[in-house]
Amino acid sequence: MIRLEKRPQPSRVWSLTTPLVAVVATMIMGGVLFALLGKDPVEAILTIFWDPLFGEFAFYYRPQLLVKGAPLVLIAIGLSLGFRAGIWNIGAEGQYIIGALTGAGVGLAFYPMEGWFIFPLMVFAGALGGWAWAMIPAVLKTRFGTNEILVSLMLVYVAEQFLASMSLGLMKNPEGFGFPGSRNLQQYASAHNAEIVTGTGMHWGVVAALIAVIFAYVLLNRHMLGYHIRLTGEAPRAARFAGVKPARLILFCLGASGALAGLAGMFEVSGPAGQVSIDFNVGYGFTAIIVAFLGRLHPVGILLAGGLMALTYIGGDIAQGNLGLPSAAIQVFQGMLLFFLLALDLLTNYRIAFGKPEVA
Amino acid sequence: MKLTTLFASAAVALGLAAGGALAQDKTKVGFVYVGPVGDGGWTYEHDQGRKAVAEEFGDAVETVYVENVAEGPDAERVITQMALQGADLIFTTSFGYMDPTINVAAKFPDVKFEHATGYKRADNVSTYSARFYEGRAVQGTIAGHMTESNIIGYIGSYPIPEVIRGINSAYIHAKKVNPDVQFKIVWAFTWFDPAKEADAAKVLIEQGADVILQHTDSTAPQAAAQAAGNVITFGQASDMAEYGPKPRVSSIIDNWAPYYIARTKAVIDGTWTSTDTWDGIGPGMVGIGEISDAVPADVKAEALALKDAMAAGEYHPFTGPLKKQDGSDFLGEGETADDGTLAGMNFYVEGIEGSIPE
Repeated sequence: MIRLEKRPQPSRVWSLTTPLVAVVATMIMGGVLFALLGKDPVEAILTIFWDPLFGEFAFYYRPQLLVKGAPLVLIAIGLSLGFRAGIWNIGAEGQYIIGALTGAGVGLAFYPMEGWFIFPLMVFAGALGGWAWAMIPAVLKTRFGTNEILVSLMLVYVAEQFLASMSLGLMKNPEGFGFPGSRNLQQYASAHNAEIVTGTGMHWGVVAALIAVIFAYVLLNRHMLGYHIRLTGEAPRAARFAGVKPARLILFCLGASGALAGLAGMFEVSGPAGQVSIDFNVGYGFTAIIVAFLGRLHPVGILLAGGLMALTYIGGDIAQGNLGLPSAAIQVFQGMLLFFLLALDLLTNYRIAFGKPEVA
Repeated sequence: MKLTTLFASAAVALGLAAGGALAQDKTKVGFVYVGPVGDGGWTYEHDQGRKAVAEEFGDAVETVYVENVAEGPDAERVITQMALQGADLIFTTSFGYMDPTINVAAKFPDVKFEHATGYKRADNVSTYSARFYEGRAVQGTIAGHMTESNIIGYIGSYPIPEVIRGINSAYIHAKKVNPDVQFKIVWAFTWFDPAKEADAAKVLIEQGADVILQHTDSTAPQAAAQAAGNVITFGQASDMAEYGPKPRVSSIIDNWAPYYIARTKAVIDGTWTSTDTWDGIGPGMVGIGEISDAVPADVKAEALALKDAMAAGEYHPFTGPLKKQDGSDFLGEGETADDGTLAGMNFYVEGIEGSIPE
């Protein structure tokens, strides 16, 4: 008889290896899925994982990995802080939108003036916008004990309405013939989040993501606040005895994740996307939740997970174009990744035992 | 600049490697879709156009597509990907692909691009769209005759000129045959979301509408009308014939096949030039789906006569005298709206209640 037995201590080995096993399991099951769809599974898997990195046109796809991965990492780093302390910000997508709106709003307000100070102001405004949007669930939770999961998620839909309103009204391009969408910030030098070195994909959002990784690492490992975050997540009672103030922690974790999500939105709208438009948000805020868990809420893990996620997106689109795989199959493939990760996570806390339970 | 050089050398390398053997014999045509090919509406019809191209040219042409491509950086990457992989002609089929298409086109001067519903062109970028408002005139005529409650519900997607033009055209022609008619407009703020569209339809039906017009792409409003009983609808983008003969009494069909075939042929023949195409019922880009038996014969005849008059160029749906909603003059007696005014239309005509959301 096979049963699950709780481990006295979470297994460190499994904790580190489950992400890798999950990736391998996804590749195998994904291969089966692609084979059932009548495609060569090896070719499909290679197209997704190999082509963007080492294929014929890797010179173009490698920079795109940075463009696609940077917002995911930036948002996921912020989310991981709260997730470690049991504070669940599910609304990063909304904070991402608001950050983009406030950031772009500052830039558009200065149009067509040129000046070195415009872009830094936009960065500040973007972070502030995301922070403020996240403060709504934070304050409601600390004041009235509302559930931050629900409030932050619902605010995503409010933010989407704001985005539509801005694209159609206040921020609409006056030279756009009545079509929705703002001016293209790529054509406004002072507000353009351009590549720092042309052709590398390295824009300021990528730099910010890398800084966030280092900052989060130091915070969690070397700083008292980071210790409090970890302690609250792992042993809430002990945390209270240690003098951790839950309200302050909630405000910090939600605020920090909101600010980082806002930054991601601002860097995206002023760089790769270029303009505020109705369909500006493409789900980075939600995908970042997957990235955070795939990276085991560890800064370095998140960096790797963000890269992997970006790889499946870019490789998935290549597989669609080259092999005629439907996009739904790619989405199932990405879903499998999270499924296997969560399923295999069981092995961290439990072990599979055979035979009858021992009598204690 | 470095990237441009890289692209140029890649293009040259491709030209040398593949061009000699493959690309010359086989023309590669790419399609970028905003929704899934199975949406039953907008993207579905573009994909029908792609299939028509594949059928028409057989082995001489290879078609590829990528579906569910988000507007913005993802679109730019997918379009670049197609150009890198040797596409000769790329159709980008959503308004939000405008700037990405222009950006990629600048890097691949030898590849031809076709952007649907936009207004930015270049030497290697054409634009194309359809005069759906002609179809709306036919719908308005049928709707005006068929309504008993005199309330017509309209599900708008986004308040952009394209959609507002359709509302105005439908209203003008409904009013012409039924002076008591009233329009109720709900904005769904989506192109494709069956749940939201169904809700919008239910709200309109509860408010007394017995005709539902939709500018969203799913069949959910048709299903809602069927459930409600005595309500009629029109198929949007696609025929949606499975909901006929009632509630669906007719439809506007986007027929991209003739255009896609002609443009592919132009690339094969080397006669492709950058153009701006805005075709209607006449050239067959806008089709009117079979008017079902639920519509009385005289109404059907009137609708078809209107369709024929527009196809022949004898009648323009925006013919004066017409006033704007605020009472100011729009078109004088016998005057017709020019394409510039139509393309940027951001006002209701007189008689429509409510305001355009901002």
